[in-house]
Amino acid sequence: MTHRNATVLRLSRRNVFAGSLGLLSCFSRPSYAGTIIDAGNISVSVKAPKRIVTIGSAITEIVFALGEKDNVVAIDLTSVTVTGATGLTNIGYMRALSTEGVLSQNPDLICVSNDSGPPEVLEALRASGVPFALIPHVPTLEGIQTKVTMLGALLDKTAEAKKLNTDIDAAFVKLAAKISTLKQRPKVLFVLSLADNRIVAGGSETAADTIITLAGGENIATSFKGYKQMSAEAILASPPDAVLMMQSHTVENILSQTALVGSPAAKTGRLITMDGSYLLGFGPYTANAATELARKLHPDLAL
Amino acid sequence: MTLLASPWRKLTGQQREQHRILIPALALTLIFFAIISIATGAVNIDVASLPGILFRSDHASARDTVIVWSVRLPRTLLAILVGAALAASGAILQGLFRNPLADPGLVGVSSGSVLAAVCTIVLGQNLFGANATQFLPLAAFIGGLLSTILLYTIATRNGRTYTATMLLAGIAISAIAMAVTGVLIFMSTEQQLREFTFWSLGSLAGATWAKTASVALFILIALGLWPILARGLDRLALGEAEAGHMGVNVQVLKRVAIVATALLTGAAVAVSGAIGFIGLVVPHLLRLVMSPRHRFLVPAAALLGAILLLVADMIARTIVAPAELPIGIVTACIGGPIFLWMLLTNIRKLES
Repeated sequence: MTHRNATVLRLSRRNVFAGSLGLLSCFSRPSYAGTIIDAGNISVSVKAPKRIVTIGSAITEIVFALGEKDNVVAIDLTSVTVTGATGLTNIGYMRALSTEGVLSQNPDLICVSNDSGPPEVLEALRASGVPFALIPHVPTLEGIQTKVTMLGALLDKTAEAKKLNTDIDAAFVKLAAKISTLKQRPKVLFVLSLADNRIVAGGSETAADTIITLAGGENIATSFKGYKQMSAEAILASPPDAVLMMQSHTVENILSQTALVGSPAAKTGRLITMDGSYLLGFGPYTANAATELARKLHPDLAL
Repeated sequence: MTLLASPWRKLTGQQREQHRILIPALALTLIFFAIISIATGAVNIDVASLPGILFRSDHASARDTVIVWSVRLPRTLLAILVGAALAASGAILQGLFRNPLADPGLVGVSSGSVLAAVCTIVLGQNLFGANATQFLPLAAFIGGLLSTILLYTIATRNGRTYTATMLLAGIAISAIAMAVTGVLIFMSTEQQLREFTFWSLGSLAGATWAKTASVALFILIALGLWPILARGLDRLALGEAEAGHMGVNVQVLKRVAIVATALLTGAAVAVSGAIGFIGLVVPHLLRLVMSPRHRFLVPAAALLGAILLLVADMIARTIVAPAELPIGIVTACIGGPIFLWMLLTNIRKLES
């Protein structure tokens, strides 16, 4: 997924503090229920929005989890697999947004993950006068909780957000405790795409790498950063115990690849398929996704 | 070569006079589509309320004012400018190279722009910080100009530019630029790759007043050069030596033509990404129905290019609304079949 540099990360953390300060000050002014300082360092205020557009699967999941599902009118392409999103208007891919397309939904709040684009469209949406909240995307546990806190403050669901964050924390702590008892970590290969015997794998600094580590696996593709085509020899040199993918392929098709023939994964038929947004979206259910993956990686571990 | 009708071929009286009707008709069609373009989009805005919005009356809703003034107006103007620039540079290049396949991609402008764009997307964060993509249009423009200058230098010996060498060297430079682009794509992250893919398919979604104004300057200056070029390009169709004997300073002509097309294409690619087919198809379409003399061909091409891109953009932003299709897909879908149909219906005329 994305790798944001450290300055932006620090900035967004500071914004969270600023956001909670904004929240404190709003108690003295009850007429402005939801006010936050967003990732663009701009103050955003809304009062009981009824037509929300959410862009980014994690944001859609959080807004739904905070009980605002009925007030969401449109979502982006990455959110269509989110539970409960069926029937909502799809405004297209988050990095190829259309100003008019978003505004045609008559939104009274636009919540956007800050890895969306193009930048000119985000600027035009901000200038449209519709409340526009840019939510920082950082693929870590803290990053998820930052999103929850900000959206909770914005939607006047502070208590729900706090509870959601506690649940997320608890789920991660529970998983980590179980994982720490493991004696052995199975080797995992994340396959982003597969065409014509060429395997594009998830290297270090990817959301896939993070989720594999959280689930107590060991990513074998750490010699490179990002998602890259990995040579068959490199895979043969460190054969995976399991293969993780987002699309459904037949087990035979994947595990009969030259690079994987003879690997423990092929011998035991361990091909794990999970939905992309759920697995890599870094939303409120990431702990669940990591636990589900852990269950598949360590069948003997009671999770 | 036979594909490219000579300006000196025998014209029927009808064809000779065609431009007198054609150019005003194209201009009116352009105005018509520009109005339609401002009136249509994903948001339903009542046509009756349009004048109020355009003249910023107090009754207009804030949302509709933003949509018309910050989205549709700059975008419509940008589509007109980019379409005109691509088609006019196609017409000039086909005349200059006396080759029916010449299009802006061949003089190295496009590959240079693409390389500069991918450099900005992949390496930009180290050079310019987090806001690197703001420099993308400027980088693409400079990249296009630099590759054209390089190509011109390669093809010029002792003060004479060899157009055949320039065409072939253009292919070589494109291949090299593609290879470097490939290396950068390999180094890119998932998000950078997505960004580049969408940029390379072309889109006018990022149209702003600032962008439109800055390219308008370059495109209008370069378009203004056509009266200087027109007579020379007509005479060049007979051959370089013949043109020289007829009093054309061929070297100056080449230089001005190359500068004009580099400015036109560079500016167009910089703000809209790589949009194919307009530069290739439009001049051919026009030569079938009107005099191929450049005095009329270039402005007619600019008008028809503007119309085609405007219509393509209207399709791109409404057909899958509220999402949006990259415009390069639309122009190729329209341009490809039109070009084929044109070839098939005129096969005898073209090969004679």
